[in-house]
Amino acid sequence: MNEQTRLLPHSRLGWLLLAALLACLVAAPHFVSIYHTELITTAMIAAMLALSLQLLVGGTGLVSLGHGAFYGLAAYVVYLISPEAAARPIWQTLPAAMLVAGLAALLVGSLSLRTKGFFFLMVTLAFGQMIFFVFHDTKLGGGTDGAYLGKPLIQAFGASLDLPRRQRPLGPYYVALIQLTLMYVGLALLMRSLFGRILEGIRANEHRMRAIGFDTYRYKLTTFVIAGMLAGASGHMWAMHRGFVNPELISWHKSAEALLMILLGGLGSLAGPIVGALAYTALGEFSQLVTERKLLVEGLVILAVVLVLPRGLTGLARRRKAAELGPDG
Amino acid sequence: MDDARGSALLETRNLCRSFGGVSATRDVSIRLAPGELHAVIGPNGAGKSTLVNLLSGELAPSSGTVHLAGEDVTRLPVHARVKHGIARSFQRTNIFKDMTALENVRLAAQAVHATPGSLFRSAWRARDLVSRAQTALARAGLEDRSAAIAGTLSHGAQRQLEIAMTLATSPKVLLLDEPLAGMGQEEGLRISALLKALSKDHAILLIEHDMDFVFKVADWMTVLVEGAVLAEGTPDAVRTNAAVRRAYLGAQR
Ligand SMILES: Nc1ncnc2c1ncn2[C@@H]1O[C@H](COP(=O)(O)OP(=O)(O)OP(=O)(O)O)[C@@H](O)[C@H]1O
Ligand SMILES: [Mg+2]
Repeated sequence: MNEQTRLLPHSRLGWLLLAALLACLVAAPHFVSIYHTELITTAMIAAMLALSLQLLVGGTGLVSLGHGAFYGLAAYVVYLISPEAAARPIWQTLPAAMLVAGLAALLVGSLSLRTKGFFFLMVTLAFGQMIFFVFHDTKLGGGTDGAYLGKPLIQAFGASLDLPRRQRPLGPYYVALIQLTLMYVGLALLMRSLFGRILEGIRANEHRMRAIGFDTYRYKLTTFVIAGMLAGASGHMWAMHRGFVNPELISWHKSAEALLMILLGGLGSLAGPIVGALAYTALGEFSQLVTERKLLVEGLVILAVVLVLPRGLTGLARRRKAAELGPDG
Repeated sequence: MDDARGSALLETRNLCRSFGGVSATRDVSIRLAPGELHAVIGPNGAGKSTLVNLLSGELAPSSGTVHLAGEDVTRLPVHARVKHGIARSFQRTNIFKDMTALENVRLAAQAVHATPGSLFRSAWRARDLVSRAQTALARAGLEDRSAAIAGTLSHGAQRQLEIAMTLATSPKVLLLDEPLAGMGQEEGLRISALLKALSKDHAILLIEHDMDFVFKVADWMTVLVEGAVLAEGTPDAVRTNAAVRRAYLGAQR
């Protein structure tokens, strides 16, 4: 039997392009400036957030505007559990951040998943904003200004303090790259599994899934929690990399930005949000160079891409394949 | 009279359901015996599909109960009733259009037959589910269309696929809502042969408008009019029932 998993590359070319992207990311820091190394690190962290959201959007058909809240919450967890003087090691902060994000997702998901479509969008937005205001309006995490982590990442990786300045950004860069790669592989395996088939069925026709015997609420909630935990891993990496937190990390703009990245890269593939995040970051840099109206240029370019390529940038690799196979393929 | 049909596998007692002011189901008490083909007929809007939805759990009754093999399942949600052996097909074809026929049926098999431990295993390795799906497809007469994308199948083949999906959940009771709807003559004959074969090892509740067919295959019939049971009995008894002739069969010209 020859069933294909929808969100994965459908051709050898697709897999090759993906491997080439990985190779470029592995090599990049040796060819670009410190500034650009850090920029790509930030883009990969955004890619993780968008990828985790893709499990809901492209994987299950659930569009959430509260997803960024789990990301921001996880970043605050790193701040809150890190003592002033010394940083905690990553094997403590990462599980803690993912756990708190997962619990928050369990709470938000168990209530919001009782609604559908537009109402789901609004309920997740409301929950996200509640978490936002907890940190915005209280002194818990430095209020509106946010706060700096006493000693971020550097300590966490032990030896990296001794590195010459030129090599210091490499630590976070490769940690982010490894996490992003693991997240992709994990989600690819998930989508190929029997569990992934259930998500695909829910996305296509949830009513029918219930009628053939699936408790779809339970599977959607499990997925919502997994996605929340992965958003947490992304937020954790952000705190580690940038060394400060502020309420903006939690606001709904984060979710909207991640949705834009998915749209830009392609709704129909797991690689979409990664390509989308890299393209979005590059676009931001570029438009900053050529114009003062950065947001306007960004908006126009994204609009143009979405109109010309309804399946996003990664849809380009697929179109050729579909033409080769013909309608019966 | 009912006792002659043996104990009921599926039974409703005083089932009622209204939508706003409209009573779609009024005080319906019916019984479906094991191995029986029980046809429910009635004019458009009589409440036949509503009855199926109440039995499958898609709708909750305003009052009354549904019992399966003596157990009260009135409060069970749809997915739990499937696991108890109730499967239904839809009047309006309801399939996963972008998936292959095989994947449609494999999902149905997975819903009931996948072990929880296998959930995170690769779907390709779940051979047992694939072979269950192939068996169900073959039973519904679709064995050579298994690789076709469901949305590209002919209308008749899509109706067969609906039935294959119900079969893959290994049901005891089949609720079939107008399986012959919109079929050509040849396709219709194929499905009616299939229904006759299926009735040997399933209890079937069949909603159908084709009277010639219904009177030929049914063991028992219920006539619904405006949500209520107007008459029930063997096909012969229903055919000669004066109230039925007046209220329903007469109106069919
Ligand atoms: N979800 C709903 N909301 C409101 N009214 C409904 C709903 N479902 C059914 N009804 C109403 O209940 C009545 C029975 O509808 P139902 O679909 O059960 O009839 P039916 O016997 O299946 O008809 P048909 O032969 O046309 O399929 C109709 O008056 C219909 O308008
Ligand atoms: Mg109907």
